[in-house]
Amino acid sequence: MQVSVWRGAEQGAFQTFEVPRHASQTVLDVVTYIQRKLDPTLAYRYACRVGMCGSCAMTVNGVPRWTCRTHIDKVAVNDKLEIAPLRNLPVIRDLVTDMREFFDKWARARGEFHGKTTRQEDFARISPESENRKQVDAGIECIGCGVCYSACDVVSWNPDYLGPAALNRAWTLVKDERDVRTIERLRAVAGDAGCHACHTHMSCTERCPKHLSPTAAIAGLKREIMKATLKGEL
Amino acid sequence: MSFRTQTTLWIAQRASAAVLALCVVVHLVTIIYAVRGGLTAAEILERTRGNVAWFAFYSLFVLAVTVHAPIGLRTVFAEWLGWSGKSRDWFLLIFAAALAWMGMRAVVGVFA
Repeated sequence: MQVSVWRGAEQGAFQTFEVPRHASQTVLDVVTYIQRKLDPTLAYRYACRVGMCGSCAMTVNGVPRWTCRTHIDKVAVNDKLEIAPLRNLPVIRDLVTDMREFFDKWARARGEFHGKTTRQEDFARISPESENRKQVDAGIECIGCGVCYSACDVVSWNPDYLGPAALNRAWTLVKDERDVRTIERLRAVAGDAGCHACHTHMSCTERCPKHLSPTAAIAGLKREIMKATLKGEL
Repeated sequence: MSFRTQTTLWIAQRASAAVLALCVVVHLVTIIYAVRGGLTAAEILERTRGNVAWFAFYSLFVLAVTVHAPIGLRTVFAEWLGWSGKSRDWFLLIFAAALAWMGMRAVVGVFA
């Protein structure tokens, strides 16, 4: 199999390697083979290898994917593969991107939980069947891999845009009945850099390896912000 | 520009889109109805002159366009041309005024 791998940082070029095919081979297997057998200077990032940590995402044949959960059989075209770093993030070296801006945006979207109770008090009792909790459950499994952020065209056009993952996180907290900073959070995610920048292309939802729908979360934020604005709460 | 103003602009664009959706349908149906058996200036003016309902409808149409188009262009300019900030917003304010003036001039032209 012929594999083109991005070498360099923002400036660089694709380097081609010949890699043997195996049954059930993943893209991460291929990258690991190249680093261990062909060129030990290749930089890439991974940890768990089983789709839990979210650190091995790369652009495979133009599409952002978890490399550990992507089988070669599904993505190779004519026995060829092109592996590049994630789009919309600065490249540190080869296949490694700088994720700082991505996570800073989670903080900017007020992605941290603020409860009103202390550890001395009883657990909050939230029914799993409640509408709010169902909305939280629909988005809570995000592991922060950056695939949606890389797939999003609005991030490319508007670098200030918070992006699908940060907004999805904000939505799960807006719908969390224990959290007390809803209005502050809605303020943080409103406007040109927030949920109102989303064009509903749904690339994030299409590409999310966890099959979450940040698009639905963003639509939810737009609704809540509209309600808060009309009530004069924003 | 504050996030409140940006949010208000977004709401204004969605609301004006809803108005436009209705206006465009009524406008198209009216055109198709009006051109049956040919169309003359005299025939148009006969229908529009002094017609308050017609005037109100097209004034609303012009207002919706005036609100909708500049807000949409605001995003297009930022994303496609990298043009944002006060110079863009002032330009679009002037553009909105021009749309309102040209639109209302046309409406008044066939009403009066």
